[in-house]
Amino acid sequence: MRAARLHHSLRWWALAAVPLAFLGLFFLWPLVAVLGRGLFDGGFDLGGLADVVASSRTADAVVTTLALAAAGTAGSLALGLPGAYALYRLRWPGQRAVRAMAAVPFVLPTVVVAAAFTALLGRSGPLGGLGIDQSATAIAAALVFYNVAVVIRVVGGTWAGLDPSTADAARTLGADRRRAFAHVTLPALAPAIGSAAAVVFLFCATSFGVVLVLGGTRVRTVETEIYLQVNQFLDLRAAAVLSLLQLMFVALALGGAEWARRRRERSLGTRRLDGTRSPGGRDRWVVAGILAVLAAVLATPMWALVERSLRTADGYGLDHYAALLTESGLGGLPVPMWQAAVNSMVAASVATAIATGLGLIVAALLTRRTGRSTLLDSVVMLPLGVSAVVVGLGMLLTLNRSVLGVDLRGSWWLVPIAQAVVALPLVARTLVPASRGISPQMRAAAGTLGASPWRVWRTVDWPLLTRPFGLAAGFGFAIALGEFGATTFVARPDHPTLTTAIYRLLGRPGIESIGMAFAAAVVLAAMTAAVMMASEGLRTQVGADL
Amino acid sequence: MRDVTVTYPGRPPVVAVDSVSLTVERGEILALLGPSGCGKSSLLGAIIGTVPPASGAVHWEGEDLTAMPVHRRQFGMVFQDGQLFPHRTVAGNVSFGLEMQRTPAAEREERVAGLLEMVGLTGYEERPVTDLSGGQRQRVALARSLAPRPRLLALDEPLSSLDASLRARLAGEVKSILLAAGTTAILVTHDPDEAASIAHRVVQMEDGRLL
Repeated sequence: MRAARLHHSLRWWALAAVPLAFLGLFFLWPLVAVLGRGLFDGGFDLGGLADVVASSRTADAVVTTLALAAAGTAGSLALGLPGAYALYRLRWPGQRAVRAMAAVPFVLPTVVVAAAFTALLGRSGPLGGLGIDQSATAIAAALVFYNVAVVIRVVGGTWAGLDPSTADAARTLGADRRRAFAHVTLPALAPAIGSAAAVVFLFCATSFGVVLVLGGTRVRTVETEIYLQVNQFLDLRAAAVLSLLQLMFVALALGGAEWARRRRERSLGTRRLDGTRSPGGRDRWVVAGILAVLAAVLATPMWALVERSLRTADGYGLDHYAALLTESGLGGLPVPMWQAAVNSMVAASVATAIATGLGLIVAALLTRRTGRSTLLDSVVMLPLGVSAVVVGLGMLLTLNRSVLGVDLRGSWWLVPIAQAVVALPLVARTLVPASRGISPQMRAAAGTLGASPWRVWRTVDWPLLTRPFGLAAGFGFAIALGEFGATTFVARPDHPTLTTAIYRLLGRPGIESIGMAFAAAVVLAAMTAAVMMASEGLRTQVGADL
Repeated sequence: MRDVTVTYPGRPPVVAVDSVSLTVERGEILALLGPSGCGKSSLLGAIIGTVPPASGAVHWEGEDLTAMPVHRRQFGMVFQDGQLFPHRTVAGNVSFGLEMQRTPAAEREERVAGLLEMVGLTGYEERPVTDLSGGQRQRVALARSLAPRPRLLALDEPLSSLDASLRARLAGEVKSILLAAGTTAILVTHDPDEAASIAHRVVQMEDGRLL
């Protein structure tokens, strides 16, 4: 029976080799190459590293990164906490639809958000008079727009489950509303707020597309500095050193987020009660006010984007949308925009196929919690802790030669592969809990009825996983479609995707190119929203893993 | 089975079954009786092939099955809470084992109807299993495990999730169904009455050993 165990173990590792080989080749090796490039220059060399770290450009980027992340987090909390109260603590008709709408910005591709803020704050935009286009303030506003949904969801989930009787008890002891909130409710929410803040800080600090488009070369964070060092100064060494810095930042923020999440889970305990209530007389005005502010902040940029995509040299029309369909590449693009959209769809489909295929294998291997499954789980989750820009840079560094006789240099395949690396953690996070939720006894029952392990998977696991699979595929597709950070490193200039084409157009002067960029951004936003809504129907719990 | 030991990882490893030897005659219904946590379910798992034993061997008519994977042993099992497949109908559950044997559809249908009649659920073929009561679910589970004609049927606390009066009534039914099918069976239970009313022979188990 030792042989049987060995056989079982061999089969596990043989299957695990597939995702491990994929991530090893397209993620770990590139990552190690970036680290190596940063630490070694001929030999082990900390001097070059020190030069980059000590340069004023780097210091500037680090300070900007931290300041923007702090501002984005503070703004998201300021807007998200009242939002959580109105959308989760109180109960009113039509709430579910409003919750879903408030979550939309979070799933929009970064390039779309950047385009929307350009449309809003640019010289001819509705708020162009503020003169904050391409400033740090504009970037912070875009980061808030993006991350409010996270705060609302994470804090709201806890708030809805708080026992209202503790606050009532405080009131009977003589505390007024404000003091009851400050001394009872707020401390109870603190772990959730901390957890949300840590996650938002992480998202802000690793934000790439928004900062690159809105900040250009003037407002530089560590993330965009990596890109600029590669693309403008062709200094791979500096980019690698900056990537080391970024990895450290992310590790710290992830550590903080994980610590806060544990605390939140402990504070939630297993007790789940319904602490929601219907709004009383005064609440109605409060809710109306909160919703009005939320709507203004979340809807204005999107409205500006649509408005400017329709604005032509002489009034309004669909000219920019028509331009997307023309044959020639307008606005300096080598291909027509529709071709870029086709490229995006094809790449995202391939990326989804890769990510969900690997996700299913991982889910099948992680059904039981053992030492080796924990190991595989953490390897699969690793890309989540590495910014997409570093992934892209690493692929650029390593896959510029032929690997095992296959020449991927400049290959189109790198685009879907990079997108699959970025999407895999979330795809796996959707499939693994579903797979673990299937009773092992049920698999044993199929086994005693004569089903081989493969047929057990085929007849028990797969039918029960189809819904989560559809959800994971929708997520994966939306992520790949809007992916910008890694894609921009590996997509060939003559073979752009929608995101890289929009980025290119946004940087060009002239109403034609910028109008086309806005129109394309609207199309991309609509595509993403459609995919998310279709898969949202399959979902049981929104953002449960945030 | 000879000197079967089952351990679970831990420091020190937990010995759930300690060198147990046991023989079941063909056509016999044997009850393993003991308190919960005495290792009887682990022992059953080792026989069926869902739990790999740390040492010892399982034989069937002289053939060593110890290294044989669960799906080739032709041993059936009725689980404590049924473990019916929620995505299949009653008929879909009962015919599962026949599909695994690649039985032709017509023959399958006939056998499913026969088994459902045997457990008193004629006409329930197209019902979703999620609509059934606890007693009905266990009847379906019994029919499902008997469908592929297992050489040995293991029943792991098949009635313990049901209420007392239903349990007493179903115990008699289970016995007559098992006798009618002529199956060799091992029943695991903590209920002495259930063991006495279903089994030919009762073996007591405590702390991983037979008494």
